[in-house]
Amino acid sequence: MCIRWAVANSGPVRRRRPGSGMVTIHNSVERVDVEAVNSKARRKNYVARVKIFPRRVAGRFRSLKWWVMGITLAIYYVTPWLRWDRGPFAPDQAVLVDLANRRFYFFFIEIWPQEFYYIAGLLIMAGIGLFLVTSTVGRAWCGYSCPQTVWVDLFLAVERWIEGDRNARIKLDKAAWSGEKIRKRLAKHAVWLVIALLTGGAWIFYFADAPALLRSLVAFDAPLVAYSTVAILTATTYVFAGFMREQVCTYMCPWPRIQAAMLDEDSLVVTYNDWRGEPRRGAPGGDGGRPAGQGDCIDCNLCVAVCPMGIDIRDGQQLECITCALCIDACDAVMARTGKPKGLISYATLRDYNANIQGVRAPTTWRSFVRPRTFVYFGLWAAIGLAMIYFLLARDRLDINVLHDRNPVFVKLSDGSIRNGYTVKILNMVAKPRTFRLSVLGLPGAVMTRAGSDEAPGAQITVSAAPDRLRALKVYVKVARGALKAKTTPFTFTVSEIGGDERAVYQARFEAPEIP
Amino acid sequence: MSDQEIDPVSGTETTGHDWDGIKELNTPLPRWWLWTFYATIIWALGYMIAYPAIPLINGATKGLLGYSSRAEVAREIALARSAQARFLDQIAQMPVADIRKNPALFDFAVAGGAAAFKVNCVQCHGSGAQGGPGYPNLNDDDWLWGGTLEDIAYTIRHGVRFSDDEDTRVSEMPAFGADDMLAPAQIADVADYVLRLSGQKFDAAGAARGQDVYAENCAACHGAAGGGNRETGSPDLKDAIWFYGNTKRQIMAQIARPKHGVMPAWGHRLDDTTIKQLTLYVHSLGGGE
Repeated sequence: MCIRWAVANSGPVRRRRPGSGMVTIHNSVERVDVEAVNSKARRKNYVARVKIFPRRVAGRFRSLKWWVMGITLAIYYVTPWLRWDRGPFAPDQAVLVDLANRRFYFFFIEIWPQEFYYIAGLLIMAGIGLFLVTSTVGRAWCGYSCPQTVWVDLFLAVERWIEGDRNARIKLDKAAWSGEKIRKRLAKHAVWLVIALLTGGAWIFYFADAPALLRSLVAFDAPLVAYSTVAILTATTYVFAGFMREQVCTYMCPWPRIQAAMLDEDSLVVTYNDWRGEPRRGAPGGDGGRPAGQGDCIDCNLCVAVCPMGIDIRDGQQLECITCALCIDACDAVMARTGKPKGLISYATLRDYNANIQGVRAPTTWRSFVRPRTFVYFGLWAAIGLAMIYFLLARDRLDINVLHDRNPVFVKLSDGSIRNGYTVKILNMVAKPRTFRLSVLGLPGAVMTRAGSDEAPGAQITVSAAPDRLRALKVYVKVARGALKAKTTPFTFTVSEIGGDERAVYQARFEAPEIP
Repeated sequence: MSDQEIDPVSGTETTGHDWDGIKELNTPLPRWWLWTFYATIIWALGYMIAYPAIPLINGATKGLLGYSSRAEVAREIALARSAQARFLDQIAQMPVADIRKNPALFDFAVAGGAAAFKVNCVQCHGSGAQGGPGYPNLNDDDWLWGGTLEDIAYTIRHGVRFSDDEDTRVSEMPAFGADDMLAPAQIADVADYVLRLSGQKFDAAGAARGQDVYAENCAACHGAAGGGNRETGSPDLKDAIWFYGNTKRQIMAQIARPKHGVMPAWGHRLDDTTIKQLTLYVHSLGGGE
């Protein structure tokens, strides 16, 4: 219990709860100014979201954000519809995650499941890329290209288009329900839902042939998983971008926490330059110039009004700030009108900010990017990228895997010769049928037969493989009695393309009983 | 909870926890988070009503949806069965030799045969069909009763020395020692002769004496040259594969008091389609003729 003691009549009563009123008490009785800390009014384990009505703003960062929104949305919606000819045996969709057949297509690249390390490499590049971006330009990802930001921006644009700018929206929100309010709200939510539906709808086109899937979606004979995925993504888009908005960034996303470890004193962050802003002027006035000792900030609160996160950047760097830089646009416009240099709120590094506080004029320039940390990140990022490109271009499109029979490891035949069984898997990773020659090398006198085949045993057999498919076959390798010198003899299975130059080799072992 | 402490920077009260001067703020949780929590409780209640949930003495509550994982398995098995039906019908109608000519059907039959083998045959023949002492290895090319598709199918259907099947494969090697048909010395001699037939180390004098004994007593079934006879299931004595061992002692033991294996007739227990698949599987193990 926190009890604050005060002697009655000895000073102003610091807290007076509504309704408590003044009580006439005897002069000799002490008056206790106490407040129950767990009183119902103070019990706040959970807080309701306070609605934010960001005001419209124009400026270079707003323009940049429009461009980024247009480009990212275009990439998202257009990509599944791009075609890429891979011949008659593979899908012609440029980007396709074919889960049913376990293939990933990206333009000229085709990834098989065992090549998933390319995806892992991409994710590592994305991670290091995020470190690089954050250590140089701060939370640019959050402010410009994060899907949450892009879609919230889109939903806000719709909201503004239907309900008007900040003041109109606040008024509408407070107004009693009327025909107009219902009409506007219905229109807004309808447009939001359409956008949400298109968002969820576009996602599934990455996982199947887009035109065919669209036809079956419209005809209501698409698989249930397609509809349920669309429904879930529609719901999350609608709820996250329409209602949750900044709550997603503040409470659900881990990145605002991680960025605290990624930023340093040379990272660009949206900064209120209080060294030139403070003390604030009460209001913009026609006094013809600022009185001595007053800063450039006229306390117009525009920076607060435009903020989609509902914060005041003048409080300093904070977790909620996604560095969308809209406050910079708002403030720059005001500075232009009041005849002051732009950049009262600006992208600045902590180092430059501190120098400015010390009175050393230090404008933030591109030089803040040039530092060892940036080079290490970029070097790592580029090295992984180059290595991936190299391995992607140099990789084989033919592979062989061999499983030696384990039970029995070898079989003794009636003439005393020894036979081993192998399951040979030939991976034909190009989208055309190919024929291969499978041969046994390095095992003198060995002959090979295919299980279930009546071909004459020989040192090699011919195998055809379907386009873009794995061909498994069981083969028996037989070695005559006396030809073996040891219990285990290494040899190779070699598969080579007939009418081509690709070949793959597998180091196998031939097992025999103890040689006496 | 005694003194409330307000953090001077944020204006939020602290939890009172203090780690080397770092204090934890008691920031209120967003209310939608609480709603989400309540929603999960409601979901859990609905789940308990819809699905089997509350354990009772004999089983659990059934749930309104009537879901059961057992029924789901049964459904999936039925689905798999119906997917297999197309192949199984073909196998039922085709002779075994024709199945072998259809690669897709052959692969299916071999896989099905392997599964049936794991259930019915591994107890004696081993999980890799490699056999063991007294149980033939089905991977090799030495067949007591024949290694063609027909022979293998017949053996599976009717078994070996299986008294409940009239058509079972029968043969019985006389107990030359136990029934005093041959003297111990003669048994040793004929064993040496058998060692000579199979190209192993033998005693020349014994083998010479044993040659006549062999011709009189053994050649009728095992052949004059020792090549065996599949009609009677008589093993080939020249090859490198020995059912009951290839040492002189083991050969003598088999002459004196032979062991005879029994294989059940599976025609009574397994359907024709399964036997066809088993036949193809055994035939595909590498020794099929």
